[in-house]
Parts: sequence; C-alpha cells; structure tokens
Amino acid sequence: MEVPDRPLPAATFEELAMPLFDQLYNFARWLTHDSAEAEDLVQETFTKALRGFSSFQAGTNFRAWMYRILRNSFLSSRTGLKTTVPLDGENDDIVLPAETSTPESMLLEQADRDTVQQALAELPVPFREILLLCEVEEMSYQEISETLVIPIGTVMSRLSRARKRLRDLLRKSSNGGRHGM
Amino acid sequence: MACEQWRNGLDAYVDGELDPAQAGALGRHLRECAACANDVLERVQMKRSVHAAGKRYAANAELRNRIQKTISAKPRREAGWLWKILAVPALSLLILSVAVGFYARHEADRRQRVYSELADLHVAALASSAQVDVVSTDRHTVKPWFQGKIPFTFNLPELQGSPFTLLGGRVTYLAQTPGAHLIYQVRKHEVSVFIFQDRGEETASLPSGPVHAQSFTVQNWTQNGLRYFVIGDAGAEDIEALRNLLQRAQ
Repeated sequence: MEVPDRPLPAATFEELAMPLFDQLYNFARWLTHDSAEAEDLVQETFTKALRGFSSFQAGTNFRAWMYRILRNSFLSSRTGLKTTVPLDGENDDIVLPAETSTPESMLLEQADRDTVQQALAELPVPFREILLLCEVEEMSYQEISETLVIPIGTVMSRLSRARKRLRDLLRKSSNGGRHGM
Repeated sequence: MACEQWRNGLDAYVDGELDPAQAGALGRHLRECAACANDVLERVQMKRSVHAAGKRYAANAELRNRIQKTISAKPRREAGWLWKILAVPALSLLILSVAVGFYARHEADRRQRVYSELADLHVAALASSAQVDVVSTDRHTVKPWFQGKIPFTFNLPELQGSPFTLLGGRVTYLAQTPGAHLIYQVRKHEVSVFIFQDRGEETASLPSGPVHAQSFTVQNWTQNGLRYFVIGDAGAEDIEALRNLLQRAQ
C-alpha cells in the first residue's frame, strides 16, 4: 500500500484503513475462532489505530502496522493468552521438508477446501497466522517480519515449519479418511 | 546430491522472494530435476489451497458501518448546525469572561499597588529620623501647617478621652498627587493617616472598608471629596476607632 511521505490528517486514516476491513476481520476470525470476539478485536484494532495514527510513521507499511495492532490486541486478550504456545527452536536452521512423493502431491491437489480449513484451524496460532499472512494476505517476508516483529530469517524458518505441520495434518486426515472408508 | 543446495530455497522460490539470479538458477535446475520440480509443484498447490481456504470469513455490514462511524473524520450534519448555534454565545461568553477576568486582575493589581505604596510611605516615615515635619500633639498647630502646602483642607479630631496621640504631620505624595500624612500613636503603635483629594485615578476605584495589606490593617473611605486612609500595625479595632474619630471631625 502506498503511503504518502508527509504526516497524514485524520481524514485519511479512514481512506487507508477501511479497505483493510474485510481482510482484518477474516484474520481476526481465524485467530479467535469466534465471531463476537473477532468483531470486538476488529473494533478495538480500528479504535487503537485511529488513536495512535499520529504516531504511525509515514512511509512505513500501513498494512503491517494495522495487522500488528490487531495481533497484539489478540495476544493480550483472554483467548490470545490461552491459545498462544511458545515455539521451540525458533532460530534453528531451516527444517528440511519431508521427502515428497507423487501420491502426496496428488493428495494435496485433491484436498478440498474444508479439509484445508480444518487443518489450518488445528495449527498452533504462530503457524496459522504466518500462513495466513503469507498465503492469504500475500505479504512479502519483509511485511511479515514487520507485522510479527521478528527477523526475516525467523519468518523463513517459521513458515517452513508451518507448512510442514500443515502437510502432516493433511496427510493424517487423508489417511484417516482412507481408513474410515 | 545436487538437489540439497536448492532444498532450502524452494519456499522462497515459490513465495517469489529469491533474487532474479537465484530464481533463474533454480529454474534451470527444476527443468533437469523431476524430484525438485515435483516438490515445487506441491508447494505451489498448497499455497493455492491455503489461499482459497483462508478466505473464509466475511464481516457483517453492521460492524463495517459501526467502525466507519467510529473513525469517520467528517462531522455529522446535525452536529454542524448545532455547533454554529452554540458557538456564538459560547464564544461571546468566553471573550466576556476573559475580559472580566483581565479587568478584575488589573483592578486587583492596581489596588494592591496603592496599598503597597501607602504601606511603604508609612514604614518609610516611621524609619526616618525625622518622622514628621510638624511636630505637635496639638491639632490646631498641625492643621494650619498644611495651609499652602496641599491644595485642600481638612479637620482633625479632638483626641481628649481617646487612646490616640497626634505625633505630627508631613506632606506626602501618592501617584504624583500631594496629600497630608499624619502620624498618631496608640498603645505604642504608630498609625498613619493619609488624606488625598479623591480624583486621582489611583484612588478613585478603591473600595471602602477594612483590608489587610502586607500585614497592616488599612481603612479607607471618601468624605467631602477627600480620600482617607488609615494604616498601621495596631489592632483592627484601634484603626476603626481612629477612622470613626476622623469621620466625625469632618
């Protein structure tokens, strides 16, 4: 998102922030798993952002700033405190993905929307959020780094681990499906 | 194995985060390596799946409207005319209160200045080796002494039967206006009486009655066009008594 260099008057906060409304809500809902909580979270995010808009540094990434506010609000909420789990070995070398094979590719190709949604929902919050930022919001590593306030190296390693975990979950549900048949 | 060097770059490749040189080199490798090509294909498919699956929730219009209202910078129409109606009297009131405040403060300053000056005159006279220019306890000596020295005349009270003694008098000035300065004694306290014509800007607006200025008690009043001040560290009742004596003498 292009942000002018000069300090912005309050009127332009609306112009910058409202286009992000739908995606922020979607993100909030993925974090909270609850529509009422998601609504409160989005409301809180916009209120906080408006209040802190004068401290927003023009020229920096407005979208990352908004997501950061939403995420911090979530982490300090009751649900956020409950669901957040620490990630071990965050700064370890990038984990190699599991050996791939043609059947698994086929599996992923066939994995329907519901299955992926269920697997995403099962992921720990740090994995879920980084996948959403990368795949759904299509943020660059730099933007993700700004949003989560982690170095780019950590973005890469966490993303790699999140993808591996998601693949594992999909494989498991697929195997379960086969057993169930 | 040649693939090992590329493994860690596959995520960055599908995310479009490799620089063009690296991406080009990896692309050439993928054309030769079926396993890596397969891996990349899988990752791209997963990205697409997550992209589609992740766009799951839509907010209701009510929340959008609520937030829009919260952050809207434009004042609402109703508030617009109401503001205009209220603004004029509110502004007038503000200006008036500032003006009154300024005037009151100015007045208080002026009053304080007069009292300070009188207190200075009183103290300076007491500290002087020649407290008075006409030394006499006799009012019939003191009163004529002022003739020709000040542009007005006044009567001095008979002090028989009172605790006061007249020590004498001198000519003094307040705001470039000449006046009479009389010193009385009461119970070892010295009390000054100042008499000026009541036309000077400095004294015209002073309220009558007792006040306390720099721990002195001050009485002042206007009588027959003259402004009287009684100032001293004697008790308030003595100051009051002297005031009554002077008022009755006129």
